[in-house]
Amino acid sequence: MGYKFVILRPYCASPLTMVPYVTGTSVIGIKYKDGILIAADMGGSYGSTLRYKSIERLKAIGKHSLLGASGEISDFQELLRYLDELILYDNMWDDGNSLGPKEVHSYLTRVMYNRRNKFNPLWNSVVLGGVKNGQKYLGMVNMIGVHYQDNHVATGFGNHLAVPILRDEWREDLSFEEGIKLLEKCMRVLIYRDRSAVNKLQVVEEWVVQSIAKITEEGVSISPPYSLKTFWEFSAFKNPTAGAAGSW
Amino acid sequence: MTKQQANWSPYDFNGGTCVAVAGADYCVIAADTRMSTGYNILTRDYSKICKLADKSFLASSGFQADVRALQKHLEARHLIYQHQHNKQMSCPAMAQLLSNTLYYKRFFPYYAFNVLGGLDNEGKGCVFTYDAVGSYEKVGYSSQGSGAKLIMPFLDNQLKAPSPLLLPARDAVTPLSEPEAIDLVKTAFASATERDIYTVSVNGDKLEIVVLNSEGMRREYMDLRKD
Repeated sequence: MGYKFVILRPYCASPLTMVPYVTGTSVIGIKYKDGILIAADMGGSYGSTLRYKSIERLKAIGKHSLLGASGEISDFQELLRYLDELILYDNMWDDGNSLGPKEVHSYLTRVMYNRRNKFNPLWNSVVLGGVKNGQKYLGMVNMIGVHYQDNHVATGFGNHLAVPILRDEWREDLSFEEGIKLLEKCMRVLIYRDRSAVNKLQVVEEWVVQSIAKITEEGVSISPPYSLKTFWEFSAFKNPTAGAAGSW
Repeated sequence: MTKQQANWSPYDFNGGTCVAVAGADYCVIAADTRMSTGYNILTRDYSKICKLADKSFLASSGFQADVRALQKHLEARHLIYQHQHNKQMSCPAMAQLLSNTLYYKRFFPYYAFNVLGGLDNEGKGCVFTYDAVGSYEKVGYSSQGSGAKLIMPFLDNQLKAPSPLLLPARDAVTPLSEPEAIDLVKTAFASATERDIYTVSVNGDKLEIVVLNSEGMRREYMDLRKD
């Protein structure tokens, strides 16, 4: 294992696109009482080098949606170009309607699946969330077109480390503060245990304030980058070679 | 020099088991609601049963993106059929369409394991079972997917399919009543979930059951451990 050969010639549209170069790690998203929260760090790894530390992997799409991408960063930028065009055409109708998160998720799924059919995938796993008309939506699509919606989603290492925490602690009526705390708990585990994670993260929030089925306020906000407190003073870390001589 | 290996596969296995049982005037279609990849569970709440026509329900397991693409394709074809013929497609007609659609991608298959259940034009239950490239057969009952190898022998034992070699051909539709058939399907899943990690209807995952009969359609979610 560890080989990264291109897929055999006859089936490959472009042999250069089957290997990721600059990659982002996990994205985690949850629904909370008033909307959606998505978190991702700002790292872009070049193999095992943590090359870029200020990549914004969370973007607002149109009026209602939030996109968080992991995987190849250049393919993420390509996805943003696809979505720019989609939103532009939607706006040009100028008919008062706007694409909601469900529609954007469906579009992304089709794009990813069609690229997979041509053996030229966009090497990403994306989280797509949003609120429209008071309805919360949170979904995920990956590079071969596998997609689903749920109350909490994650990509990459998040599936292994964050989802178990979310399965245990997520509730329908999480407040904003509780939601942030939950996401930070997951991000902290990822910082400790995912070698591609960087302790510099953003959280994007889309919220809707409703009173008896009428929406009074709606909005999207992306937090400035911040870091989580981590603890490294475990005694075992202080003298890491202590047990080495006698261990196998 | 070691042989070159691909580092990317266009396929994934997202698990799941589907079952359908045909009765004299009903059809039961059931599937679990777990979607997985490798040893991870992606979601516990994913429906594998899709309504293609008033009297045709498709239950599919396998690679979820292909399953969804197949469902969308058939739904679109059914819409066109309705526009052209001003009526719903019958279950046997949908069965043929599904077979042709699957074979169309014979050299880059839909990785979908299908069971089509419904009522024929006389209101009798019918079940069609498929492989990934479109071979199909009308049967009285079937299961497909990761738990099929555990469920099929059980169904064979309980539903006592007549041999296809008999002449005149015997109908494989079960004489069981609708509640008995539903109970049988629940029992089948209860057993499969004990041993198949990709099919589980416990710990929050559910069993989805669709029942089609002369009164129409009803969809129920049953959490096996609680009933």
